[in-house]
Amino acid sequence: MSAVSTEGARVPEQLEDLESFRKRARSWIRSNLRRATRDEMRWGRFDGNEEAELAAVARDREIQRKLFDAGLAGICFPRAYGGQGLSPGHQKVLNEELVGYEYPARMQVPTLSPCATVLLEFGTEEQKLRHIPAILKGEELWMQFLSEPSGGSDVAGALTTAIRDGEQWVLNGSKVWTTGAWWSDWGLCLARTNWDVPKHRGLSVFMLPIHQSGVEVHRIEMINGSREFCQEFMTDVIVPDSDRVGEIDDGWTVGTRWMFHERMMYSSPYVSVPDGGSHGGTAATSLLNIARELGHMDDPSVRDLVGEARMLEIVGDELMKRVTESIRSGRLSDQAAAIGRLFKGTSASRISTLALEVAGSAGAAWTDESAASSTAVNFLMRQVGSIAGGTVEMARNVISERVLAMPRERTLDRDVPFRDVPRSRPTGS
Amino acid sequence: MLLALSSDQEFVRETTERFLVEQTPPNEVRRLQRDTAGFDADYWRRGAELGWTSFLVGEAHGGGTISGAGLVDLSLVAYEFGRHAAPGPLVSTNVVAGALSAHDAQTEVIADLLAGTGIATWCAPELRSFHGSWAPTVEIRHDRAEVVVLGKVSPVEAAGQAGHLLVTGRDGDGITQVLVPASTAGVSIAPLRTADLTRRFGAVTFDDVRLSQDAIVGAPGEASTDVDLQFHRTLAILNAEAVGAMQAAFDMTVEWAFDRYAFGRPLASYQALKHRFADMLTWVEASHAISDAACCAIDEGSPDAAELASAAKAFIGQYGAEVVQDCVQLHGGIGVTFEHNLHLFLRRFTVNRALAGTPAEHRQRIGAILDGWEAAA
Ligand SMILES: Cc1cc2nc3c(=O)[nH]c(=O)nc-3n(C[C@H](O)[C@H](O)[C@H](O)COP(=O)(O)OP(=O)(O)OC[C@H]3O[C@@H](n4cnc5c(N)ncnc54)[C@H](O)[C@@H]3O)c2cc1C
Repeated sequence: MSAVSTEGARVPEQLEDLESFRKRARSWIRSNLRRATRDEMRWGRFDGNEEAELAAVARDREIQRKLFDAGLAGICFPRAYGGQGLSPGHQKVLNEELVGYEYPARMQVPTLSPCATVLLEFGTEEQKLRHIPAILKGEELWMQFLSEPSGGSDVAGALTTAIRDGEQWVLNGSKVWTTGAWWSDWGLCLARTNWDVPKHRGLSVFMLPIHQSGVEVHRIEMINGSREFCQEFMTDVIVPDSDRVGEIDDGWTVGTRWMFHERMMYSSPYVSVPDGGSHGGTAATSLLNIARELGHMDDPSVRDLVGEARMLEIVGDELMKRVTESIRSGRLSDQAAAIGRLFKGTSASRISTLALEVAGSAGAAWTDESAASSTAVNFLMRQVGSIAGGTVEMARNVISERVLAMPRERTLDRDVPFRDVPRSRPTGS
Repeated sequence: MLLALSSDQEFVRETTERFLVEQTPPNEVRRLQRDTAGFDADYWRRGAELGWTSFLVGEAHGGGTISGAGLVDLSLVAYEFGRHAAPGPLVSTNVVAGALSAHDAQTEVIADLLAGTGIATWCAPELRSFHGSWAPTVEIRHDRAEVVVLGKVSPVEAAGQAGHLLVTGRDGDGITQVLVPASTAGVSIAPLRTADLTRRFGAVTFDDVRLSQDAIVGAPGEASTDVDLQFHRTLAILNAEAVGAMQAAFDMTVEWAFDRYAFGRPLASYQALKHRFADMLTWVEASHAISDAACCAIDEGSPDAAELASAAKAFIGQYGAEVVQDCVQLHGGIGVTFEHNLHLFLRRFTVNRALAGTPAEHRQRIGAILDGWEAAA
């Protein structure tokens, strides 16, 4: 079992019981949070307005602060770091009670998990005390600086370099595909600290403020018009050694757990998201709304499509519970988190296709008011769920090699110094 | 299958597993293909001693659960049935025993079912997936002191072996269930052929079958909620069996992939195939998860039982078919031979997939349920 869950868990009898926690959460949520708007409830919806985005970020920070003051932030984080020291069961209750209400969506992934969970697991006492309470209060939004222009799947092939200079490090390189780095505060950065050893043995993890002179943040436009995607260029960025997370050149030990937390995504007990299981703004409900608006719910083939979306959601939720429980009990290794990741990625793709199918020609052209609004744009973005957070192909590699113990793919980068490993030609910028 | 079994549950699962390994190895299953009943009476009686028919029966009638959740306990046995493509009328006998016990009806019949000396089956209504409901194909009338049964039901599992048939019929505006002894005048059973080696099915015709009032199970005209429960229990047992069959086929195929070499390396070393194994494992795990969740919800009578039961039947039917057929594919030629054991699981899976509503029908039912809920909300 991981250091995180051991620290987070306490003996059951000391914990607030679930029913009184539920009452407390419910009454607080009802009197302090707004009902989610139709747009917030609408699944996968994007509005390209920058000011609106900044306002939403500010509101998320504000809600996070209110949750913190109410004793509802960081349910599974230890009390020593401003959390509640409660159980995954309490987090689940909170997620159920949040259904239909606004919540700090931008605080969850990657800030609370994987970034804060990685800090919790590998940070020094000082690092944890400095950042985790600040995160739980909504004062710090974090980004993962993992992927680079040279490649994201091969995370351990990072080229961004940190060179030691006395009590500090000098970082140079570029990270990319960070969503929302322009309004975030801190980056958790995987960098190469030794080019003369094989790739997994020359990495270290650092934390750095995003908004500083050596870091240039460029925005990248996505297919749906969103400009949340960012690329960071780091030039002689100074990071004190006290902001290194984990041991020097042992960054892959951190990285392995980091990937685990990343694959748990929204099923992590460290994040708060309205439960998808009941009558919230789930994908299947949005398909149902499209079918109803078109008057097609009495068509058996349309019922089949809506039913399939619902089926995938329900099964996905049950699978995540099973995988989480299996990892907790040791039936499966934590590599099995890739099973949930694969299912969520492929089912999100399928549901996006189902929505386009249900919409019919109303998916081709729409008004903002129509239920089928943006269905086609969401379809353009269909593969995002199978790419972000590590691709489904990488998940399949992990499942076959790490869970089923099938032979590893042959690689040319295992036992040679990293500087001698063949690399992609530099792309784009 | 459930992740955290209590030691009592594990005991039942394990004794069933051991019994099946001894009593019905693959060649015995092949032999039973030519047996009229598809199982030996003594085998079934001994299985009943292990608890196979007791979990849905109340303690007052000699039954009882291990964990307090009888359907969950039964699903452990059903899972082992699937994993060994085991013979015997598990679904039909249990569903009828549970229905009788709930109404304290026909206690001698319950005792026979419990002891494994009697077999019963359910002449179930047809799924009307579009409306999220079901409809009987049988009519029940009242003629003075007599109950009259008319109509035809097909396919009915173990119809030719059952001593009693629980019949669900339309009774005016209501739904009534009656227990019909198979030997009653007017009952005729035409045997059907099937893809499973040991399961038997028949088409049952009720031609002016007359019974006394005490054949009625539960209150006349008011059996609708009983039928819902019987239907969901049927789905749950079929699903648990299907998951067992998937698991067996998958495990065999993983082993094969490590042992079988092509071009100087094991099949398990090819990424194209590894990725398919990753998908299969994901679908197998997902099938376990949804099957278990549905079992618990049905057992607890939870409001989302119908939705979960259909999600399980739809998902397992759809994705499980991909798993077992891909297992055949990855075996190559040997996978389509009678000599190999793989088809035993393919058969069990296929028949279960076809019974009690196909994946498409259950997806429609989920759509109907969602539509209804949202309308009510
Ligand atoms: C919306 C979104 C948000 C993101 N947010 C972040 C973020 O905050 N921080 C961050 O660091 N990154 C982020 N990413 C980046 C993401 O993690 C990478 O895009 C992903 O890991 C793939 O890396 P890549 O794009 O370099 O593709 P590549 O690694 O070049 O892969 C290209 C294709 O080859 C396949 N492939 C590669 N290697 C193998 C292999 N060994 N076997 C089989 N197939 C293989 C991949 O699956 C993929 O299909 C985000 C991406 C998206 C879409």
